[in-house]
Amino acid sequence: MRIFDPHIHMTSRTTDDYQAMYDAGVRALVEPSFWLGQPRTSPASFFDYFDALLGWEPFRAAQYGIAHHCTLALNPKEANDPRCVPVLDALPRYLVKDSVVAVGEIGYDSMTPAEDTALAAQLQLAADHELPALVHTPHRDKLAGLHRTLDVIRESHLSPERVLLDHLNETTVKDALDSGCWAGFSIYPDTKMDEDRMIAILRIHGTERILVNSAADWGRSDPLKTRKVGDAMLAAGFGDDDVDQVLWRNPVAFYGQSGRLQLGVAAPDPLHEGNSILRGGE
Amino acid sequence: MPMSPTNPPLLTRKELDAQLGGAARAWLDEALAEAEHSAAHQDTEQPGGPYAAPSWELRYAAAGRYCGLEHADSVRALLLIEARAALPALTRLYEQGTAAERHAVLLTLHRLDLGPTALPLVEDALRTNDTRLVAAAVGPYGAAHLDPHNWRHAILKCLFTGVPVDAVDGLARRARGDAELARMLGDFAAERIAAGRSVPTDLTRVLELTTPGAAAPTEES
Repeated sequence: MRIFDPHIHMTSRTTDDYQAMYDAGVRALVEPSFWLGQPRTSPASFFDYFDALLGWEPFRAAQYGIAHHCTLALNPKEANDPRCVPVLDALPRYLVKDSVVAVGEIGYDSMTPAEDTALAAQLQLAADHELPALVHTPHRDKLAGLHRTLDVIRESHLSPERVLLDHLNETTVKDALDSGCWAGFSIYPDTKMDEDRMIAILRIHGTERILVNSAADWGRSDPLKTRKVGDAMLAAGFGDDDVDQVLWRNPVAFYGQSGRLQLGVAAPDPLHEGNSILRGGE
Repeated sequence: MPMSPTNPPLLTRKELDAQLGGAARAWLDEALAEAEHSAAHQDTEQPGGPYAAPSWELRYAAAGRYCGLEHADSVRALLLIEARAALPALTRLYEQGTAAERHAVLLTLHRLDLGPTALPLVEDALRTNDTRLVAAAVGPYGAAHLDPHNWRHAILKCLFTGVPVDAVDGLARRARGDAELARMLGDFAAERIAAGRSVPTDLTRVLELTTPGAAAPTEES
């Protein structure tokens, strides 16, 4: 089973996770920039984070045979802090980088005027840079948040097939798919979605334009949830081709719209006794 | 950018032209013209705002997508040379660059008229654990300008992180007669042996080079 995790925050994960993900079939992933749990207080803090997503983290991933790409943006939560908003001015410099395959995560957290401004501005940046957009839907007041998100997308220069709406659930999936956008589902141990509910959604809505991710981060989460959904699909009677579509071909098709996906990562170098990931060896 | 921490030779403009398709060659022509324009107007043109970038610097970032990732280092090096990139631009490109963009800056430093002023970039690369950057940092510019202490630590860093010492420019010349490097290598070997681990073959090789009168300079690339 080949797996592309279209949303996972590897900066918060260990090398054990990379190894387990590789063993489970993960060969590619996208790491969206997001909130770190600890609020940032300046653009410089974002730039160090972006640099990690463009440098160190792809290097780590490659040691485990996994292709690493990222999405960059000012996230909705921190769009509310005026100290962080100048990040928007610096984004054009970063959106030209080779491994940036979308603008994201953008979207709503508390649905404030500052979030309206940042969302619209970054949808425009995506259109200007011929990139798709990864749009987070809010955890609180989700359905109203989805409708407001769709309104802003309709007013933007970005067409719906270049938008991935993420963190969807039973209450938002239909409107999301009807909009023409791609539909993303985050499978979590406790919150968001679980494997069985995901199977039910796939039975009703099919496998087209649907993506499944672990969204694993610094909170309680599981980087192998993509594989667990694949196994649950097979157990529920879906075929190998259905699993491949949801876990590989759909994310490749969506992020491939950037023209920047590079999926050929060499197998891990066996000569890594002195590898720097082993902390300067030893 | 290949994961193998070695520094393949950069292609010249002529060699690139022979390998690039028509669209890529046209893109490169335009990019080099923009870099040349920037060089000619270095004193008069300033980018607007703290985050604005001259067009050739955006081309620098996108080089691999237009000319092929395998040619990105060569194209970026040509752009830096054509723009006669000075320290502020190099620092900006390095600090705001991906690992691949940083790599190309490090590989090109010795072809720019910088003296030792760009050493902070090399020292930054040597502080990383990214083996591609470490390998590029011990190229000709590092060989020419790193002081003895930092150069010896760069050698140790290569041995620690698995960067082949073949990547170290001027290795035989700088190692010859370096008693302090020999001591550091000996201590490192003793530490490995005490831990029940093997001594890297590259360590033995460098240790031999530290002997006064060892290794003809013609070995160097």
